[in-house]
Amino acid sequence: MADIAFLLLVFFLMVTQIATEEGILRQLPPPVPEDFEAPDVKQKDVFVVLVNAKDELLVEGEFMEIKDLKDAAIEFLVCNGVFEDLPVKEDFPERKWVRKAEVKQRIDETKALIATAPTDDHRKSYEGTLKKLERKMYAIEYFGGEYKELPGSALISMKNHNQTGYERYIEVQNELQSAINELRDELCLEHFGMSYKELYDEYERKKNDDDPSVEELQNRVYAVWAVFPQRISEAEPEKSVQYETP
Amino acid sequence: MAKFTKKKKKGMDEISTASLPDIVFMLLFFFMLVTVLKSEEPLVNVSTPKASELTNIEQKTLVKYINIGSPINKELYGDVPVLQLNDAIASVDDVQTWVAQKRGELAENEQSKMIVSMKVDKEVKMGIVTDVKQELRKANALKILYATGKGERTK
Repeated sequence: MADIAFLLLVFFLMVTQIATEEGILRQLPPPVPEDFEAPDVKQKDVFVVLVNAKDELLVEGEFMEIKDLKDAAIEFLVCNGVFEDLPVKEDFPERKWVRKAEVKQRIDETKALIATAPTDDHRKSYEGTLKKLERKMYAIEYFGGEYKELPGSALISMKNHNQTGYERYIEVQNELQSAINELRDELCLEHFGMSYKELYDEYERKKNDDDPSVEELQNRVYAVWAVFPQRISEAEPEKSVQYETP
Repeated sequence: MAKFTKKKKKGMDEISTASLPDIVFMLLFFFMLVTVLKSEEPLVNVSTPKASELTNIEQKTLVKYINIGSPINKELYGDVPVLQLNDAIASVDDVQTWVAQKRGELAENEQSKMIVSMKVDKEVKMGIVTDVKQELRKANALKILYATGKGERTK
């Protein structure tokens, strides 16, 4: 008996690869229609990262080493103050105060609109608005008072050349992501006593259970998102395919 | 009369092996459960880069793979980076069909949650990766994962 079991055991030992599905998760934008025109964005609201064919970085028009990228991105996101007013820096996005009374009022208004919505489409769009407002409310509740939010057009934009190495591309993506994650970590550690990753993993784990703490976790995650949204985008690539296929 | 007494054995008693089959079976079941028989033979060399900001995908059945790298069989395919879909070297034009096929393998309520994991070699240039991403967008497979190893966050 034990012999057979051993034989099987050895077989499974050999063929086993404990698969790890880990990596940088990204949501691609849906294809844009041909007649689409990009909306006007203020230049100071966009943090532009360009990577050339030699894997060199041009950040906001200036040459930069990869090791400085994260700090530059963090500065872009928070240098005009998140929970307090700082002396305004002109070249960076201006965060605007989210006032509790105002959010409350708008939530009430949106709820009234949902109740009287003429069509399903209208209702859905109002419900989307309501969700965003509620997230702001969570942020106000959890982080002890009012905060300043990024303007809707503020984003980190990355563009690479066709000859940019994939390793460098991942490095840049990773640095930009870690800028956001570090800010989120700081906020989470201060208010929830755990890192953002711990918070998010716990939420993901319990998401599908009927655990009563799920809603609380979800609201916490939403609150963090409201203050530090995930806004990394990639520029549309230019049409110039230059490699061979067999 | 001299008595022949058995010499006392020195050292410890032997450990009972009666429970060995149980242990072996336990290990056996463990490995049987965690084993996924890999059906795909790698045709391209892929050594993924490292990153620190990783997301772990719990539901592995949702993940479908695209490999990009230089072919292992250089005589047949040359050494320009190519992509591998399923068990074959394919061209960028095949990506949309592949997405449709893979989506069909999933249950209907999970089709929109499909994640395409891109296993791309470090040495590959972005041109081909960008083209694949554009095809994925056209095929409406928008969730992608750049598969990477685990690295330390930079200070």
